[in-house]
Amino acid sequence: MEKLIFKVYRGDSGKGELKEYQIEVDEGMVVLDAIHKLQATQAPDLACRWNCKAGRCGSCSAEINGFPKLMCMTRIDELPKGNPITVEPMKAFPIIKDLVTDVSWNYEVNKTIPPFTPKPPEPDGTWRMQQKDIDRVQEFRKCIECFLCQDVCHVLRNHNKHSQFIGPRFLIRVASLEMHPLDTVDRRELLKDQFGIGFCNITKCCTEVCPERITITDNAIIPLKERVVDRYYDPLAWLIRQLKRVFKPSAK
Amino acid sequence: MKEKVSDRVGSAFGGETYEQDVIVIGAGGAGLRAAIEARLQGLSVGLICKSLLGKAHTVMAEGGAAAALAYVDNRDSWKVHFRDTLRGGKFLNNYKMALLHAQEAPDRIKELEAWGALFDRTEDGRILQRNFGGHRFPRLAHVGDRTGLEIIRTLQDKAVHLGIDVYMECTITKLLKDGDKISGALGYWRTTGESVLFKAKAIVLATGGFGKAYRVTSNSWEYTGDGHALAYHAGADLIDMEFVQFHPTGMVWPLSVKGILVTEGVRGDGGILKNSKGERFMFRYIPDLYKAETSDTEEEANRWLAGDKSARRPPELLTRDVVAKAIVKEVKEGRGSPHSGVFLDIASRRSAEDIKRKLPGMYQQFKELAGIDITKEPMEVAPTCHYAMGGVRVDAETAAATVPGLFAAGECAGGMHGANRLGGNSLSDLLVFGRRAGLGAAEYAKKLSSQPTVDMGEVQQAQQQMSEPFERSRGETAYKIISDLQEMMETYVGIVREEKELSLAVEKIQQLKKRAQNVCATGDKAYNPGWNYALDLTSLLTVSEAIILAAKERKESRGALTRIDYPNTEEDWGKVNVVIRKKGTEMTVAKEPLSEMPEELKALLQETI
Amino acid sequence: MHKATLPKELETTGLGKTARKDKWLFEPLWTGLGFAIFVVYSTWGALNPGPAGHPYYEWGPYLSPFFSPLFLVKAWPDWWPKILRTPALFVLWAPLGFRATCYYFRKFFYRTYLLDPPGCAVGEARSHNYKGEKGFFIYQNLHRWFLYPAVALVIILFYDGVKAFFFADGFGIGVGSLVLIIEPILIALFTFSCNSFRHLVGGNLDCYSCSFSNRARYQVWGKVSLLNRNHMFWFWISLGWVGFSDFYVRMVAMGIWTDWRIL
Ligand SMILES: Cc1cc2nc3c(=O)[nH]c(=O)nc-3n(C[C@H](O)[C@H](O)[C@H](O)COP(=O)(O)OP(=O)(O)OC[C@H]3O[C@@H](n4cnc5c(N)ncnc54)[C@H](O)[C@@H]3O)c2cc1C
Ligand code: SF4
Ligand code: SF4
Ligand code: FES
Ligand code: FES
Repeated sequence: MEKLIFKVYRGDSGKGELKEYQIEVDEGMVVLDAIHKLQATQAPDLACRWNCKAGRCGSCSAEINGFPKLMCMTRIDELPKGNPITVEPMKAFPIIKDLVTDVSWNYEVNKTIPPFTPKPPEPDGTWRMQQKDIDRVQEFRKCIECFLCQDVCHVLRNHNKHSQFIGPRFLIRVASLEMHPLDTVDRRELLKDQFGIGFCNITKCCTEVCPERITITDNAIIPLKERVVDRYYDPLAWLIRQLKRVFKPSAK
Repeated sequence: MKEKVSDRVGSAFGGETYEQDVIVIGAGGAGLRAAIEARLQGLSVGLICKSLLGKAHTVMAEGGAAAALAYVDNRDSWKVHFRDTLRGGKFLNNYKMALLHAQEAPDRIKELEAWGALFDRTEDGRILQRNFGGHRFPRLAHVGDRTGLEIIRTLQDKAVHLGIDVYMECTITKLLKDGDKISGALGYWRTTGESVLFKAKAIVLATGGFGKAYRVTSNSWEYTGDGHALAYHAGADLIDMEFVQFHPTGMVWPLSVKGILVTEGVRGDGGILKNSKGERFMFRYIPDLYKAETSDTEEEANRWLAGDKSARRPPELLTRDVVAKAIVKEVKEGRGSPHSGVFLDIASRRSAEDIKRKLPGMYQQFKELAGIDITKEPMEVAPTCHYAMGGVRVDAETAAATVPGLFAAGECAGGMHGANRLGGNSLSDLLVFGRRAGLGAAEYAKKLSSQPTVDMGEVQQAQQQMSEPFERSRGETAYKIISDLQEMMETYVGIVREEKELSLAVEKIQQLKKRAQNVCATGDKAYNPGWNYALDLTSLLTVSEAIILAAKERKESRGALTRIDYPNTEEDWGKVNVVIRKKGTEMTVAKEPLSEMPEELKALLQETI
Repeated sequence: MHKATLPKELETTGLGKTARKDKWLFEPLWTGLGFAIFVVYSTWGALNPGPAGHPYYEWGPYLSPFFSPLFLVKAWPDWWPKILRTPALFVLWAPLGFRATCYYFRKFFYRTYLLDPPGCAVGEARSHNYKGEKGFFIYQNLHRWFLYPAVALVIILFYDGVKAFFFADGFGIGVGSLVLIIEPILIALFTFSCNSFRHLVGGNLDCYSCSFSNRARYQVWGKVSLLNRNHMFWFWISLGWVGFSDFYVRMVAMGIWTDWRIL
């Protein structure tokens, strides 16, 4: 057991401070354990969210030593020794108290995404899909909604474009619908306009922080941008569309 | 977006008030499915949960959802599923529930696919099913080891687009009644600490279990048995409370992750259990009931893994009660691993690539939390408190509790799983009975001519009680009392029980209840876990007492209940449920007969397949 | 609008403001420096084709990739600025445009030069109006326009690479031949690991098993996806090698280095 110094944010969105605590740390402890220990011994009213303690629910998001992480999956012995360990709330959302932020905006955004609309099933009422058809989408559906990617994305974090940009979490949600082998809705116009995909400048911070290791930028956002390009910016695709219209007017 | 259907009604009590036809408490699989169904019936529906939406326990479920789709092995059918469920439950199940469950689960799974869920696939493009303990055939529809996530997300998105009103981070502390029928619920917003009143015609409880009564558990802070306690105090019956499932494989090291679940999928995909001598000890623990369908040699078990359909299942896939007890015994007799568990080995059974593809969550979990590469080394595991078989007594068809207007589904409902739940039967239970509860509640609400009235005096009193922890200047924090309670339950009411210890537990729980009257909280009400736990403590004490009394009552060993003073399973006890009921302020225990099963179903149970 | 008001202690804006304690500055520094060197060299190289009659971009069978395919102008019009009288003008726009709109390039460029953001969870300059691709930077959507010529260029560069083995006295291998055959290979790896290319070969499909051609495209898409994972690596190595190829040909043409004949 050794004593380590933690600096934990205490306060709300109005004012607060990084308060210093000394915590006894055992082998194998994660940051969330330290926070729990604090609650049980020194700060019973310290607010933080958690549920699974195994990186599956996405509740315990925070910024540890300045980097967005899940508290339950960050081993204390893997953090650099010597310096105090800082634990701050996510900064792209209003703070409710201590480590808890108001993430309700995310839930509002989700409502604006047109839902899954499948093509008609086979006569037996089900669909056939091959594993290779769904591998891509399954990657996106691993998302545990920790919102760390939203937190780190500079478009939200620094530029506060919450009203014009849905953020990486919901771009992968759209991708999971757009690439779903059964879905029939075309969301490209929404992507370009309302969802603000153009705000993403591929800086890949979302991919860096994602605890589920979803390759958000390369596998979801860029392919979505490419789909938008297909429809709006590709000279060859445009030409082919025009030709098709001329030669097959009935197909419209 | 749909129009908001709830009404904000001004009221005398000073907090917010919402009025809705149906209120669903709990937003796990059961709650979401119930809310969807009630909404599809055209009613206004509110969905309440303690955490954020999508963070309920269901999200953590790993292995899969059991449904006799028969895509992987065409010998499977609802009949076999029904048989397996009852055998697993040691014939104490509410057979009507088990029957509906086995028959309807396949449709519920297919329905999820129509709502966008993507399960892993077979070669011919159907839903892939995996093996699990106690299931005769590969039966679990799954997505790697994150099935619960897929299910909850699918339901969540469906619910959101149907225009269900979601009240997140809101804890319900009391059910309100108008005469004998339900009229609403009182709770508080966790973010502000303000009280909030919900008026409703019908309420569905879907609050999950109570694993937090134990220290070593796979359950989160939410699992304090609120639904059980709410129902109990509202006058509903609880049954089977003596049956608490200890999952055989929880992590044991490092200490801080002790209890975190290692999915049964590891064994379903070929993982084996070994003791410190390197023996595959499960061969020594095959009960008579399963002798006919379990391999008795390693050679046969290996053939099974290789896909030989004539080979019988390996003993690692016996039911959870059996495996958990076997592990406890191995450790007790000195053949345990360094940290008092046993070894679970998948590394020598499957290729690293297979493991990473089928069990990615387990791989990460061990790599990051324990520094162990499960594709190379075995895991150390030991039993962890996991699931509550006991719960609110309900009608199989409608999920109605014994209080008019109250319904229950999911883990907080009792009867479906009998004395022991089979892995994978919970997720399908949520879907089948979540839907039935939503339907039942909607029909009940529609029949009600007017909104029941809420007794404001009762509301104010309950509101008053909520604030009490702040008024005590001296007292203990909830953390301390909960910790002592967990310690007590683990020592006296653990996997193996006996009269002497249970009697002691009865005394101890009374002492803890006294201490709880003096629990205090500091700071203010806004997002104050110290205060929140103080309120949750009340539920924990209620369910703990119920577990103890029920366990003391049942004088036999059956499924998850092991009594060393009554080691045998008794036929007579197989005909009754232990029922917990509130009379005045007293908790009473009664024995009541199970309903008689028709002969043709009985015949199914005896079949050897 | 949703605005996260933060107390002073947690302020995120302000250039370089961060609570991070690791060496986040390292990456933008080395990439920024490396790229700057390339830009300076390639501009200088392109604008210095060498004196008439003794071009620095050509030596024996070798042709510098900056100038391929070679468009020679007999007589530049008088009004044409002297400094821009270089055949590189006709070709360089394509690879330049391709790279300037490359998705990886955007990450690097925004982080390193526009500091938008300089690193993950690192603050940006106080007030500047960020529009993403919505304003001026909409040109980044033109990546496809450059992809098509870039693919053509790969073929041309391979042609040059092979040609570099055929000396005046017949087949032979010089160090330059190797330099110039490795170069199109790297360019090809870079080009075919492009995200737009990945999209066109199969990324745009929703169902891979639905038809014979989709199944075939799935195979290709799988291979391209593998390459794509290292797109950043291909970007840098091919960039460096192209610069070096020009440098090599130039040195040999100028007579500073002698080309070693291996065969
Ligand atoms: C780690 C793990 C793995 C599992 N794996 C599997 C598996 O592979 N297969 C399987 O079939 N089962 C599995 N289970 C079991 C299964 O996940 C649960 O039994 C099931 O999810 C319970 O669902 P539920 O809808 O009843 O409740 P939950 O999903 O737990 O939801 C409970 C809800 O009630 C809310 N709530 C509780 N109290 C209150 C209150 N007072 N006021 C307001 N809201 C309240 C909570 O906030 C939550 O939203 C697993 C369980 C765990 C813990
Ligand atoms: S890559 Fe795009 S979405 Fe991801 S953090 Fe950067 S700007 Fe945001
Ligand atoms: S994409 Fe990754 S980082 Fe973003 S919310 Fe989902 S899991 Fe979290
Ligand atoms: S507590 Fe669930 S992700 Fe950390
Ligand atoms: S070249 Fe880099 S993405 Fe196209």
